[in-house]
Amino acid sequence: MLGFVVRRVLQMVPMLVAIALLIFLLFSVIPGSFATGQQDEGLGLDMAVVQRMRVELGLDDPLHVRFGKYVIQLATLDLGVSFRSRQPVADMIAARMWPSLKLTIAAMGFAILIGVPLGFVAALRPGSLLDLGLMIIAVSGLSLPKFWLGILLMYLFALTLGWFPSFGYGQGGISHLVLPAVALGVSPMALLARTTRAAVLDIMNADYVRTARSKGMNEYRVVVWHVLRNALVLVLTTIGLQFGSLLGQGVVVEKLFAWPGIGSLLVDSVFQRDIPAVQGCILVITIFFLVINTSVDIAYKIIDPRIRYT
Amino acid sequence: MSGANMNLLEVENLHIGLSTDTGDFPAVEGVSFTIAPGETVGLVGESGCGKSITALAIMGLLRQPLGLAGGKIRLTGKEIQNLPTAELRALRGKRIAMIFQEPMTALNPLKTVGRQIAEMFVLHEGAGWGEAERRAVDALTQVKVPAPERRAAAYPHELSGGMRQRVMIAIALACAPDLLIADEPTTALDVTVQSEIVDLMKELCAARGTAILMISHDLGLVTDICKRVCVMYAGRIVEQQDSEKIFNHPQHPYTQGLVASLPRLGMRARHGRQPLVEIAGVVPGITAYPKGCRFHPRCVRRTEICETVVPELETLVDGSLVRCHHHG
Amino acid sequence: MKIRANLAIGGGLTVLALCVGIFGPWLAHTDPIMDANLLNAELPPSGEFWFGTDQQGRDIWSRVMYGAQISLTVGVVSQLINTVIGTTLGVTAGYWGGWWDDFVNGLTNLMLAIPSLIFALAIMAILGPGLTSLLIALGLTNWSFTCRISRAQALAVKSQGYVQAARVLGYGDFRIMFTQILPNTLGPIIVIATLGMGGTILAEAALSFLGLGVRPPSPSWGSMLSDARETITTAPWLSLFPGMAIFLTVLGLNLLGDGLRDILDPQSRSRR
Repeated sequence: MLGFVVRRVLQMVPMLVAIALLIFLLFSVIPGSFATGQQDEGLGLDMAVVQRMRVELGLDDPLHVRFGKYVIQLATLDLGVSFRSRQPVADMIAARMWPSLKLTIAAMGFAILIGVPLGFVAALRPGSLLDLGLMIIAVSGLSLPKFWLGILLMYLFALTLGWFPSFGYGQGGISHLVLPAVALGVSPMALLARTTRAAVLDIMNADYVRTARSKGMNEYRVVVWHVLRNALVLVLTTIGLQFGSLLGQGVVVEKLFAWPGIGSLLVDSVFQRDIPAVQGCILVITIFFLVINTSVDIAYKIIDPRIRYT
Repeated sequence: MSGANMNLLEVENLHIGLSTDTGDFPAVEGVSFTIAPGETVGLVGESGCGKSITALAIMGLLRQPLGLAGGKIRLTGKEIQNLPTAELRALRGKRIAMIFQEPMTALNPLKTVGRQIAEMFVLHEGAGWGEAERRAVDALTQVKVPAPERRAAAYPHELSGGMRQRVMIAIALACAPDLLIADEPTTALDVTVQSEIVDLMKELCAARGTAILMISHDLGLVTDICKRVCVMYAGRIVEQQDSEKIFNHPQHPYTQGLVASLPRLGMRARHGRQPLVEIAGVVPGITAYPKGCRFHPRCVRRTEICETVVPELETLVDGSLVRCHHHG
Repeated sequence: MKIRANLAIGGGLTVLALCVGIFGPWLAHTDPIMDANLLNAELPPSGEFWFGTDQQGRDIWSRVMYGAQISLTVGVVSQLINTVIGTTLGVTAGYWGGWWDDFVNGLTNLMLAIPSLIFALAIMAILGPGLTSLLIALGLTNWSFTCRISRAQALAVKSQGYVQAARVLGYGDFRIMFTQILPNTLGPIIVIATLGMGGTILAEAALSFLGLGVRPPSPSWGSMLSDARETITTAPWLSLFPGMAIFLTVLGLNLLGDGLRDILDPQSRSRR
């Protein structure tokens, strides 16, 4: 068991290297674009300054040397220095890590608390009007643009009803968290509802549920003793994967609600052509995604006894 | 009728229908048989003849698109086919128990087998989980599972097929039901294991006085364990006889075909190499049952009357039943 | 019953969106970019301006009509690129195997390890905003599932006898791939493509909303919402119609994809 976990964790390493390489390659094609970007915006920089920047950042070294330096930097958790603010990128990201996590966790919590029971209820009465209604809600949730939902929520609950502030982080209180979390959480909620419904339906038709009924159990016991856990195991993978990707999807919601997270930092940095910051954000988000996926993999194998000893 | 003579189970004129988009079809028609307390009765037929769904109907476990369309089912005299679900549930596991064909999928893969046996005691005898799990180990001993404490903590996939079926038997017999319905219990098992399981069932049920309704396509297996055999074809019972007699004196052409197609030891020595005897034709699908006697397209004794008139179930001199215009 | 409802409603909405996309210029009342009269700025919906006007005095109805062209172009073209990349990589990887298969597998794993919106954002950051960059960026993000399925299909077919037979007959590799493997994969690929188009349209809207996609004054629904946000208190209707357009189009594609899945690919369940 431990061997499996270790192996799985080690498998992450080549992936991390590949991701770092990819990000590095992508952004190495635009070495001097920051300076050009500045010039485009009329904030022309002296060519000497540009040249000095190139030397300082080692932009004239051959590619593999640059990558090597980059990897070494990463190993020491040094994500470079922001072009814009001259702050270490790692510090900038660290400051914004918690707000992003908070938003992601809140959104995921909303999704699980509403989506899973919805899917369950729909599956227990398949083909009914309730089922149909819930599935329509689910497919609509998947089709909504998150930022539009955010705008609508903002208009209705903040500007019109005044129940919540319309944007910002505030002091970190709950009232600022609600609207962005809901905007971000509706689409994973819809997905979870569908997945749960499919999982429960599968299980309700399984042979072992028939056996349970033949033992003389009432439907409530059948569901609680035999369906619940089996369904949750199936749904767990989806929850995990959604969680990981939610951090990336939060980019737009963060920007809309002026939420001080990694996502809005990423967007701002892209506009400002702040390459190290962009690289850093993408790297962090991707690593987060990778770690979550690996954890879900491991957790699933721990929970399902069938796979435990393989 | 005194209590001692009352049958344990009476199935009378059972009809089960199948509703599809293209219409309703009779899956099972006019099936009747009885089982006395402690008696072993077999239901034999090919796949699709309706024997499994007859069993499910007795348990009240039919689901859409199948449904009970008529007939009566009586358990010790009381009609149960229309019972409200709650009352029916009280019977399941406690008075009638069932074991299924595929023990791998019939057991919850995420629960230990001990737990799944223990459920019976918690459900029907109000036991606490601790006591129930102890009794589960006892139950495993009774079905001759070696190292029962260890096995009780195992998951279904960790056990062999034969072992799993023993677990199913333990579950079914846990609360000493009056009737055990066994739906193809050995079909998914190796041949050597089959006879072990069959012997186990015979022994345990004889000891407890549990009646058995054995469902199988294997005539040899059924006659081994059952005193009486009902042969089903295309949703109808076509013959009912004592096991001893059915091999030597099958009355219905279908049964005769089944008996003839069984390879037997010593046949080659006596008759030389012969191709396996088979019954010509294929089993009709539910939506395409022939008119008149449903077996007539495959029957060597077919005449005109067979194609139009449904033969009634006749009682013969020795008490056996047969549904054929040309039996004997 | 449910399947047919999916197809009917989904198909209907998709066709509606397509019609608006194709006939938009005729359905619109004004030029979406040039016809801007500041005197008409921020008017609520009326008989003359069915959806109202924006800060520049442009007719929202016309802009929404023209916006369909952008969204649908992005949706269709990007998805096409994705499908071509995915199928090519998948089928060749499954068919030839060896190092190429390993490489494609590694690449697919890598792509699946990066959240797609982030990847698209990164590419847009490099290429700069604009429709072409958008098409490239989104065309590179959604090919992984198609690749996996094509590969699985290629492997399944390869193990059957008739590929051997075809080779003996002298069929070239490409011919085999095209005539034997591809047809079987079409069902699931169509389903993925339909559902993928919905996702691509949402992604385009998000990127344009951020200002990284189609730039104003092009009437992309996403960038219209970005403008609308600024005037949300004074002209809330501006936020309604473009968003509704995105929602209905994507809903149509999702319903259609679900319905198609039940017909073409019954084994995979409604999980995505």
